[in-house]
Amino acid sequence: MLEIITSQISFLILLSLFFIGAIGSLFFKKNDALSNAWSNFFAITGSLLGLIFSIFLIIKEKTLSFTFNQYSFSFFTPSFNIDMLSAFFIFIISLITLFCSIYGSSYIKHFYKKYSIGALGFFYNLFIIGMLLVVSASNGLFFLIAWEIMSIASYFLVVYDRNDKNNIKAGFLYLVMTYVGTAFIILSFLLLYKYTKSFDFAVIKSGIALIPLSVKNAIFIFSLIGFGTKAGIIPFHIWLPVAHPSAPSHVSALMSGVMIKTGIYMIIRLSLDMLQPIPLWWGLTILIIGSVSTLLGVLHALTEHDIKKLLACHSIENIGIILLGIGSSMIFYSLNMPSLALLGLIAALFHTLNHAIFKSLLFLSAGSVINEMHTRNMEKYGGLIKYMPQTAIFFLIGSMAISALPPFNGFFSEWLTFQTLFQGIMQFDPSLQWIFIIAAGSLTFTGGLALACFVKAFGSIFLARPRSANITHVKESSLSMRISMGVLALLSILFGIFSGYTTILLEKIGKNFTIFQNTPSFISTNYYKNLSIGSNFASVSTPALFILLIFAIFLVIFTFRYIINKNQKIKINDTWNCGTQLTPRMEITATGFARSIILIFKGILKPSIQHEIEYHDAESRYLPKSRTITLSVGNMYHSYFYQPLHTIINGLSLRIKNIQSGNINTYISYIFIALIIALFTVL
Amino acid sequence: MSILIWIIQLIFVPVVSPLCVGIIRKIKAKLQNRQGANILQPYKDLWKLLHKDEIISKDASWIFQYAPFIIFAVTIVVGASIPLFSSFLNNTLTSDILVIIYMLSIGTFFLALAGMDTGGGFGGFGSSREMTISALAEGGLIFSLLTVAIASNTTNLFTISNANIFTSGQSFLPIILAFSGFFIVLLAETARFPFDNPATHLELTMVHEAMILEYSGKKLALMEWASSNKLLIFIALGSNLFFPLGIAQSANINAIIFGIFAFIIKIFIFCLVIALLESSMAKFRFFRLPDLLIVSFILNIMAICLIH
Repeated sequence: MLEIITSQISFLILLSLFFIGAIGSLFFKKNDALSNAWSNFFAITGSLLGLIFSIFLIIKEKTLSFTFNQYSFSFFTPSFNIDMLSAFFIFIISLITLFCSIYGSSYIKHFYKKYSIGALGFFYNLFIIGMLLVVSASNGLFFLIAWEIMSIASYFLVVYDRNDKNNIKAGFLYLVMTYVGTAFIILSFLLLYKYTKSFDFAVIKSGIALIPLSVKNAIFIFSLIGFGTKAGIIPFHIWLPVAHPSAPSHVSALMSGVMIKTGIYMIIRLSLDMLQPIPLWWGLTILIIGSVSTLLGVLHALTEHDIKKLLACHSIENIGIILLGIGSSMIFYSLNMPSLALLGLIAALFHTLNHAIFKSLLFLSAGSVINEMHTRNMEKYGGLIKYMPQTAIFFLIGSMAISALPPFNGFFSEWLTFQTLFQGIMQFDPSLQWIFIIAAGSLTFTGGLALACFVKAFGSIFLARPRSANITHVKESSLSMRISMGVLALLSILFGIFSGYTTILLEKIGKNFTIFQNTPSFISTNYYKNLSIGSNFASVSTPALFILLIFAIFLVIFTFRYIINKNQKIKINDTWNCGTQLTPRMEITATGFARSIILIFKGILKPSIQHEIEYHDAESRYLPKSRTITLSVGNMYHSYFYQPLHTIINGLSLRIKNIQSGNINTYISYIFIALIIALFTVL
Repeated sequence: MSILIWIIQLIFVPVVSPLCVGIIRKIKAKLQNRQGANILQPYKDLWKLLHKDEIISKDASWIFQYAPFIIFAVTIVVGASIPLFSSFLNNTLTSDILVIIYMLSIGTFFLALAGMDTGGGFGGFGSSREMTISALAEGGLIFSLLTVAIASNTTNLFTISNANIFTSGQSFLPIILAFSGFFIVLLAETARFPFDNPATHLELTMVHEAMILEYSGKKLALMEWASSNKLLIFIALGSNLFFPLGIAQSANINAIIFGIFAFIIKIFIFCLVIALLESSMAKFRFFRLPDLLIVSFILNIMAICLIH
């Protein structure tokens, strides 16, 4: 039985379940309800099977590789290699897909009669197949096909709500950025092929010594741009805050929680597995990119008042945190400190898992709110905790987890990342130390700013008085939506409490890497599930922390409520407001909340204020009819990176256009010149 | 014996913390040529508030209702996890620098949410300012404690305190720099001058008082108590990590009594410095506060670079 579960058959069944889901939902596209049920049923079954498959692979520490030689061409072989790293990513994909599908089954009901549910189910399942193939493919060309399936399917999901012009624009930007990224990925695969004469990952890995260092550096830069675009590192992130919000919420959860991690997967695969040994500066680059992405990601999130854009910006931040782990791992390994390198990798993998959980939880609960309020603008919410109490708790748990508050899961992966960076500060002399100081510094500020950002988000969505009249018909979301959010919230507590176990499992995955095969461990757990770093350098016991906090809270509530002055009377009355009438406009808004932080960081964010006043009489200008104040934050990537790039490319194209004279004689002479050059090069 | 020490450790912070506030108020009053209230006045205030009835805003949700309990509980847990008068207690479960800092963040998180929950004009702005200050203070806080952690080669607070950086042959300069950075953060996190004015309500720039404006009765008592606990926690961190003199290093009864005595003297010195500062300087404009916090961060970075 176990043999079958961890065999290739089970993986193929897994893929075919999603495939049946995709085709079937197109087949039944006339009937919305049936095609919804069909696609989500197969997605749920598939992801359950995926969970079992990946858990067994990880526990049995088995690597599964198989090839379909009968379908192979000279370069292209559909070959799979599912080692523990791939199994770990299959686990993440299946886990999040499971809850997104349960949620989606009732979430997409509001699309009935409006858009084709069949198409949604088709692309949704195809998208998951794409992601599963990406993390399991072991041949460059096959990988690219999988990558394209994933990208194109997600493009169609982004533009699904096509009546909104913004979504079409967002989809186009996404498509352009994806193809720019894919172009760089193709370049790096072609370079690998040129020197190793193969697209097969295993062959490339064994022949890596054939590649000269300069070419290897080029491969690194190309693949960093290519996979970094998908992962959403700054400055290639511009598609992320616009594309993720446009998709239906359960797809946003998948894109933000899982899809961008495929970029991370390939960065790990290339830099710590296939291209080893690597020069020191690769790790330094990743560490710098990570620090920049964390800090800028959270600052951009603070400026947003569109709830889904805010969450998308936090994905950039969290990708940065993951890269801090990967980058320090690369640096430690280049400097021959494999134990510390393993620690960094574990931190990165743990944060990848945690981010998938709490980010999809946040996107799903944001989706429930949007579903009821019909707007993504946080300034229009307010007071929802009374109307959607359970969604509010789920969002609160997600907020606490993403802000790295103990005892939730986000804290422990961030703790591990911090410990990795602290080791870097301690081990190196100032020439390398500074970079770890910058990384740790940006991580500390990110922690504080993320907390501020989620106080803003939770406060303006759920607390105080409602700001819009829409609120009267708001009700708690349906059962299946609450179940999927609830289980994700529970997981985010459980992975916090049992982070000791998880870390040990993740260490096994790390030791599955060729370079970490015989690495002595830097992490240990003891009887109390006490997670320690080094020999008594740092330790924390997550169950003790959890029990202590819960116990203290109950003790305090019990003492002060039921023992001291238990006959106290409580009156309910208005909020005091200097005697004036309370209106919703007196509450702080999301923009107002973040205003002071934006002004403090105005050097980076470049906020601008525009006043527009319309007068009753334009001549006398005494009585203003209306005043508009537009606050905006400049898009510096547009103005300093993409706009100049666009100008340069446009200018170059104009120059090149000059050779197109339209005269046939000129073209013939071009052909002649080309022929002569070709002749000389051949000779 | 060790159970007794743990019980003292658990209740020390909530029992002694109102005293700090009383001492600071008394010194400030003396400096202003006033008689001032008895130093035990904060205890009486708490007792009085605990027995009053409450008014709760009708806009408030359960966050507002339960935030005081959570915030107070967090300060109790943190207070029990840091070295107070003895450094021989070996707590490897919760006594980590980052755990302590992020646990205190739970308190800040709920405090800010509670401020927003009633929907008044004051609470929201108080929360916004509090989150701004605490976001910027976090860098200085983590890095100042990291300096002593690197100097003692551990991030466990009890071990740091026990290692006693003064006897470990470290030079004074980085420790002094890190302590200056830490002291700035102490003032910011405990809502003291020049960051916040703990004595007034309804001042334009008030931070902490604005958030707890809607509280009354028991919950106000808990909020005030939690805030004085936080003050004592920061004093304990400052005195026992940077100047671990006189702290009990063994379970000897004399050492422990001496440790408690030494700690109370250190508390008094810290209160004196805070009171002197508050009497001699004005509150800063809100947008000048980041400069001060960045100074704290830079001081700590210099300290870390010097430590090797």
